[in-house]
Amino acid sequence: MDAILTNTTAALREPRAAIDRETRLTLYRRMVECRYLEKRAHDLFLQNLIKGTSHLGLGQEAVAAGFGVAMRPTDYTFCTYRGHNHTLVRGVSMTKILGELMGNSSGLMRGKGGSMHLTSVEHHMMGSYAIVGAHLTIAAGAAWSARYRGTDQVAVCFFGDGATNIGTFHEALNLAVVWKLPVVFVCENNRYMEYTAIHEVTAVEHPAADRASAYGLEPILIDGNDVDVVYTTALRALDAARRGGGPSLIEAETYRHGGHSRADPGKYRPEDEVKEWLAKDPIPRYRQRLLDLGIDEETLVSIEAEAQRKVDEATEEARRAPPSDERIAFENVWADGGAAWRN
Amino acid sequence: MAELTYREAVAAGIAQEMRRDPNVVLIGEDVARAGGVFKATVGLLDEFGPERVRDTPISEQAILGAAMGAAMTGLRPIAEIMFSDFFAVCWDIVANEIAKTRYMTDGQVTLPLVIRSGNGGGSRFGAQHSQSVENWAMAVPGLKVVAPAYPADVKGLLAAAVRDEDPVLFFEQKSLYATKGEVPDGEHVVPLGKANVLRRGDDVTIAALALMVPRAMQAAEILEKEHGIRATVVDVRSLVPLDTQTILEEVAHTGRLVTVEENPRLCGWGAEIASIVAEELFWDLDGPIVRITTPHVPLAAADNLEDAQIPSVDKIVARVRELVD
Ligand SMILES: Cc1ncc(C[n+]2csc(CCOP(=O)(O)OP(=O)(O)O)c2C)c(N)n1
Ligand SMILES: [Mg+2]
Repeated sequence: MDAILTNTTAALREPRAAIDRETRLTLYRRMVECRYLEKRAHDLFLQNLIKGTSHLGLGQEAVAAGFGVAMRPTDYTFCTYRGHNHTLVRGVSMTKILGELMGNSSGLMRGKGGSMHLTSVEHHMMGSYAIVGAHLTIAAGAAWSARYRGTDQVAVCFFGDGATNIGTFHEALNLAVVWKLPVVFVCENNRYMEYTAIHEVTAVEHPAADRASAYGLEPILIDGNDVDVVYTTALRALDAARRGGGPSLIEAETYRHGGHSRADPGKYRPEDEVKEWLAKDPIPRYRQRLLDLGIDEETLVSIEAEAQRKVDEATEEARRAPPSDERIAFENVWADGGAAWRN
Repeated sequence: MAELTYREAVAAGIAQEMRRDPNVVLIGEDVARAGGVFKATVGLLDEFGPERVRDTPISEQAILGAAMGAAMTGLRPIAEIMFSDFFAVCWDIVANEIAKTRYMTDGQVTLPLVIRSGNGGGSRFGAQHSQSVENWAMAVPGLKVVAPAYPADVKGLLAAAVRDEDPVLFFEQKSLYATKGEVPDGEHVVPLGKANVLRRGDDVTIAALALMVPRAMQAAEILEKEHGIRATVVDVRSLVPLDTQTILEEVAHTGRLVTVEENPRLCGWGAEIASIVAEELFWDLDGPIVRITTPHVPLAAADNLEDAQIPSVDKIVARVRELVD
């Protein structure tokens, strides 16, 4: 098994060299935007401007960015409650994301969904799902529909390591393979569920990759903190799906910098493990690679400044927005816009 | 008019809609080649082919998840859950995903899908293959809930469910599959949310659903012939949306309401109707509202035991007589 995994990863190194400069800068920009937006979300929580809960993707930006850049605008995204990054990389405005986190009229769903349910159908961002594993089956359905309608759209479904132990993982993978659906399943293995380490409760070492063969799929285990690797893996899987090759299952190894959710300082993680992974932070790492490739510092600084400016502007815009009209709490249960259950 | 069985009416309704709209597709366990374990989808694979009529693995969550993903991206799927008892293994997809996604996304997602399921008792299948679970569905905002009693309504309501822009749970009563009835020729659609007044009397209004409707009708005949009690019988047909106007009008006329429910006692649909009538029609009532239900027990398998549990014609006659006399 390990030999196969290593080979798969090695095969990906080669096309990495072929990524052009513009794409690399876009990958960097997307990661930086995700990072700054999530940091801002964290700050707004501390200021009590965001209520409820929130699950940040700090440290996991390379997975969302690599896929976001590789996907076509018409491809579908399905992700989890840890989905701010995945939403942003599809082109959704920062104001609408922050507005939804703050729960006011500027939000994507004007406060009806909240942090865990970011959705923007206009961007083919088909939802963030908060019941672990459910959306794997839904993504399979969207892929089925894409093929039935004769489009070349692909559905990409992101989920955590914890989701590999729930029944929907098995049901969705089996169905996707049997029906040869254009769907890419992406497991972001950040080593933890909420507070429990995934290895303590899982029969195999690599929760997704080691199970791929059970569905007749190639095991794909990648460095999820290397955005070039994610991007090239994504291109390959998307292309296979588009050409009728059926689904892929990718396990991207990564790490969250903070706790599971706002309430969690993440203290159950050994210090040296945290240190080791902070050293593998995808953003400084990629920055250095870009410098090594001859991209000048100034270009990177201006990308960073631009991202910060966008986040600041979006924060102001979202903060200024009025609360949502309370009437909307009672609307849109049904397609006619209403909520009537009787005459 | 043609005489069809209840199960033939299922296939007729699906076929009518699949001919009309190429985006209507059907999935479920054994629905294609075998024509369904209740033979309610016979002939559909032959007419519409394997891309539109598909057998699935035994994966209730994937069946409904796939239906949802397809519905939110342009198809109009009909998914079958073989026995409604199996909703318990995929209730997340029904109650958390399908029911709430439109609301949570502020109307961005529309889910025009139908989930058909074999529901109810009388087939001696025991406690895990006989339940009436329409009240589970009724308790969740965002789901429409339909349960026809006659073949014409099976076809017409199923057609309306497919055309509806919202998710509809369509409960087919298993013991009714072999029953026959006249079904109008040509395109037939019965709007959701309309109760059907099957007969009118002055003494009592009996509201019933699915298998309980023919039993209520039989009881009404006996009550009239043998006891001089004239009953109105309302086939509720659709629990969500609920045609409270028709029920209120009929109860206002008779002054008495009896609900006949196959579900176990607690939180059955009749309780909701009883509370509405009590709240809005209290001063027109001539007596207490009576609910006839299966007692709050699981269903037994043996025929005499199951028959002792589910409301029978005799039980309906007896309770109505107690109320009216
Ligand atoms: C079915 C279900 N069980 C439990 C939970 C509570 N819960 C929310 S997130 C989470 C951990 C999920 O871990 P993982 O899949 O690794 O994703 P991560 O949060 O690490 O991104 C749990 C247990 C839930 N939301 N849904
Ligand atoms: Mg995890």
